[in-house]
Amino acid sequence: MNTLALLQSAWPYLLKGTGYTLLFAVGAMVGGLLVGALLAVLRLSGIKALQWPAALYVSAMRGTPLLVQIFIIYYGLPAIGIQFEPITAGILALSLNTGAYVSETMRGAINGVDRGQWEAAFSQGMGRWQTLHYIVWPQALRLAVPSLSNSLISLIKDTSLVSVIAVTELMLATKEVISTTFQPFPLYVAAAAIYWCLSLIFEQVQRLLERRLGRTLARQP
Amino acid sequence: MSIEIRNIAKRFGNFTALDHINLEVKTGELLALLGPSGCGKTTLLRIIAGLEAPDDGQILFHGEDTTEKHVRERNVGFVFQHYALFRHMTVFENVAFGLRVRPKETRPSDAEIKRKVHELLNLVQLDWLADRYPAQLSGGQRQRIALARALAVEPKVLLLDEPFGALDTKVRKELRRWLRRLHDEMHITSVFVTHDQEEALEVADRVVVMNKGKIEQLGSPSDVYDKPATPFVYQFLGDVNLFQSRVHEGWAHVGDARFAAPQGQTDQAVVYVRPHEIDVSREGGAGALSGVISHVRLLGATVRLEVDVAGQDAVEVELTRERYLQGDWKVAETVYLLPREARVYVPSAAEWTDGGGI
Repeated sequence: MNTLALLQSAWPYLLKGTGYTLLFAVGAMVGGLLVGALLAVLRLSGIKALQWPAALYVSAMRGTPLLVQIFIIYYGLPAIGIQFEPITAGILALSLNTGAYVSETMRGAINGVDRGQWEAAFSQGMGRWQTLHYIVWPQALRLAVPSLSNSLISLIKDTSLVSVIAVTELMLATKEVISTTFQPFPLYVAAAAIYWCLSLIFEQVQRLLERRLGRTLARQP
Repeated sequence: MSIEIRNIAKRFGNFTALDHINLEVKTGELLALLGPSGCGKTTLLRIIAGLEAPDDGQILFHGEDTTEKHVRERNVGFVFQHYALFRHMTVFENVAFGLRVRPKETRPSDAEIKRKVHELLNLVQLDWLADRYPAQLSGGQRQRIALARALAVEPKVLLLDEPFGALDTKVRKELRRWLRRLHDEMHITSVFVTHDQEEALEVADRVVVMNKGKIEQLGSPSDVYDKPATPFVYQFLGDVNLFQSRVHEGWAHVGDARFAAPQGQTDQAVVYVRPHEIDVSREGGAGALSGVISHVRLLGATVRLEVDVAGQDAVEVELTRERYLQGDWKVAETVYLLPREARVYVPSAAEWTDGGGI
């Protein structure tokens, strides 16, 4: 079987796998942003009882392998009566993990907005949440986009780890095709190419976002 | 709305920013806090605004204690040195936003907000920039928008922190005159911080001269300029020459010149003379100081001679351009200096004397 014919016959499987990969990536992006925003808010709350657990969480998630986290959530938690479907477990693990990184990015970006913006908003009669919501966050987002994109693009590649809990995403789909065709080289290369293409698409999205958000900041004040 | 500052103290670590300040800002006046950097003027302004909490003392707005109130409850308009415009909003939104985010009960209607914002933008003469973003404006324009924004929430008090500090000289002069006119129209109680004595003297109704966390003098611009209460005020409000001298029988002697000196514990005294209060001549006379011209500096309308006098720091003499041309003064020639006005300070004496040169 030549390579072209091989890829042609493998294509439907890989495509289906890519669909799952995208589902994990997009699901975990949304989840990661939510978890990250929550953690960032907790850490900036100024309340020790909230800051401390959030900081501990971030440290633990960043300090342990994602693979181990996936195992704990899918194989470990059932021992204490919490059981997830593989897809849910995968999205959950990726979200919780990405959230830790995203929260640091957000915290940094919020702190990177000039203190004067808070003070100006306060002197206009705005409260803390109003200021964060309307004044600081929109500006922090611009600062955060490059670093956020970094985390989210990494996430696309990290989805391959979910193959260990029997979800036929791109990686596992590739492996399954290889196990019947015994042609690892062209198929792994094809998988790599697909991952790369997905990353390129998200890079484009990042570029678009930066251009849109950056418009009003063309010149530094 | 009057502001009463009672016994306000603030320390940052070991540094005393404010050392128990007492001050009253009268209703409708424009008051300048003037002093060198680190004198505590900005800290005091921020404490009045509620952006900083004092270690001790109280702030009263119209007799009511507001020390514990958060800045957003004080209803002050604050103008920042670096504008702090909301960078992601248009000029219009910047001015409108403080009204838009009010709770429903006190929020004006959209039409009312629109009318008000345009009125304010017209007041600062920038209505035509309503759709621009802050990054597209010049520094002077940004500061005027910042002022419009501060006024939008109808503050009872307007506080300005070195509002023109980041602008170039020409724009600064224009804007400060404009601020004065604006204040004359609106009569809102205002406090502004500056390190520029010219700005304070030109714009303010009253000037507070501060140094090292204390008030050195409080008075009208002419009070502080003509009757400086302390040597610090005298030195801060313009260039000045210092002469180290010895007091003998009630006179402070500098070379052959002498000045009436107040009674003091020691015989040390410092004589202060402003550069434009010195006459130069080629002939010596009673009470003249001889020296050698070391530099001539042309500064446009005025000319400064730097003269080396034995036993003293270099003396600066300011001449009008005509006087300079008439005299045809040259570097390295010997001249005689005659101070027309002088102030004598004896470090241990409580007050200081105006002395005429003899």
